[in-house]
Amino acid sequence: MPQKIILSADDIRRALVRIAHEVVERNRGVEHIVFVGILRRGVPIARRLAGHIHAFEGVDVPIGTLDIGLYRDDVQGRVGPLLHKTDIPFNVDGKGVILVDDVLFTGRSIRAAMDAVMDFGRPQAIQLAVLVDRGHRELPIRADYVGKSVPTARGEVVQVSVEEIDGRNEVVISTQDERRAAPDDGRRLGGAA
Amino acid sequence: MTIARSPERGKAAAVAPWQEFHRRHVLDLDDFSSEEIEQVLTTAGAMSEVLGRRIRKVPTLRGRTIVTLFLEPSTRTRASFEQAGKVLSADVINLSGSESSVKKGESLVDTAKTLEALGADVLVMRHPMSGAPNLVARATGLRVVNAGDGWHAHPTQALLDLFTIRQRLGRVDRLTVLIVGDILHSRVARSNIWGLTKLGARVVLCGPPTLMPSQALAAFAAAGQRLSIEPDLEHAIPQADVIMTLRLQKERMDSGFLPSMREYAALYQINDQRLARAKPAALVMHPGPMNAGVEISHEVAHGPRSLVETQVTNGVAVRMAILYLLAATGEDA
Repeated sequence: MPQKIILSADDIRRALVRIAHEVVERNRGVEHIVFVGILRRGVPIARRLAGHIHAFEGVDVPIGTLDIGLYRDDVQGRVGPLLHKTDIPFNVDGKGVILVDDVLFTGRSIRAAMDAVMDFGRPQAIQLAVLVDRGHRELPIRADYVGKSVPTARGEVVQVSVEEIDGRNEVVISTQDERRAAPDDGRRLGGAA
Repeated sequence: MTIARSPERGKAAAVAPWQEFHRRHVLDLDDFSSEEIEQVLTTAGAMSEVLGRRIRKVPTLRGRTIVTLFLEPSTRTRASFEQAGKVLSADVINLSGSESSVKKGESLVDTAKTLEALGADVLVMRHPMSGAPNLVARATGLRVVNAGDGWHAHPTQALLDLFTIRQRLGRVDRLTVLIVGDILHSRVARSNIWGLTKLGARVVLCGPPTLMPSQALAAFAAAGQRLSIEPDLEHAIPQADVIMTLRLQKERMDSGFLPSMREYAALYQINDQRLARAKPAALVMHPGPMNAGVEISHEVAHGPRSLVETQVTNGVAVRMAILYLLAATGEDA
């Protein structure tokens, strides 16, 4: 099965540093923003963005974690994803909520995540940051911050590995790999590793 | 109600990172693996977060119908399932013996088939006869949740007890759980014995000899389960990390199992004097409804060691988890 590394550990770091700067610039500071990482790999990415912002702004941006399992549009599949605890330890009213995920594919996860965030209050705005945008949207959703846009074939699989979960940092694209082909967007979602 | 699946999705069913829940029914915990119990408890943890929100509603089971059929009195279990279904946005229909066609002589299976034809996805049932939910599960295409059948099983009560113990004490493994009371007639005790021992707890049973199914328990213990009987409550209490006391049903006096309520209370009531001999961190649980003043004193029931109200709150989260996991399993599972 042919595999290609599309982002190395250094590439990922540079992309996240850039996104962190863009977040600060776009929001004119970080006083009113919060990160919400989508489980599982959106969470460590959100932590790294917050770490970079802390390094150059000296401000700690609050981080929440979100399991979108309860908001999926395909609950009646054959599989029951393991549900993790959502933790939004702050009020989202009036905040700029920045959703963070590893891969943007069909957009269905993001639709679910937006519904979930809305259940916690009325944010002033919701923005989206992703490490990889691989195209093939099925909903009118776009990312505000993108690490890398990668043209892919539908059957290809984009696998993001992060140190915190997988022990290494890289993004790999491979052709049709059934083991990795999860519903919704071709990557693991709230499942046990 | 088969849903169309794309080919990719069909293949995805084999994906390892997704933990599958293979079960169509929850009838008892005897056939649950410890991994399955863990999956329910983890899911219930996510559900308890939803219950702590300002707006307690998620869209997960929109368009699903849950029927509760209770052919025995119950307030908390039924209300708990109803609340669980509603928080998950399911439609919930409640039926009881007096208002259903069961009263007109319709057989249980026919009633269940009618509910299935009406579009029910999950049937939550309580029945005075042990095994009634198993019968419905075999005879219909409904997913069945046993909410208590005769003396047999009450799996969601045991699951919520496990969830509560773990929430408070961090684990179930290696704890000693003392169950006090009418073990013989208690479906709560039976399901709890399965659940607790599967998760590695040691179970000590205490109660009047007339209400202790000693032979059956000996067979169970011989099968390698960490289970023992301690007739003397004074000996049992100091060992316990958790003391679970069971409701004493008044009918038991009439049928000659016990001489009097007063004698039972004198020997088996969980009260402050007895708790003084327990471990300092020992906790007290009761599945409800309580006869305060009989199996548990008023002071203990509402005291700082009592988890009674926590159990009720957690019951909703655990039942949400069960409904969610059953709905997430496929038609052909």
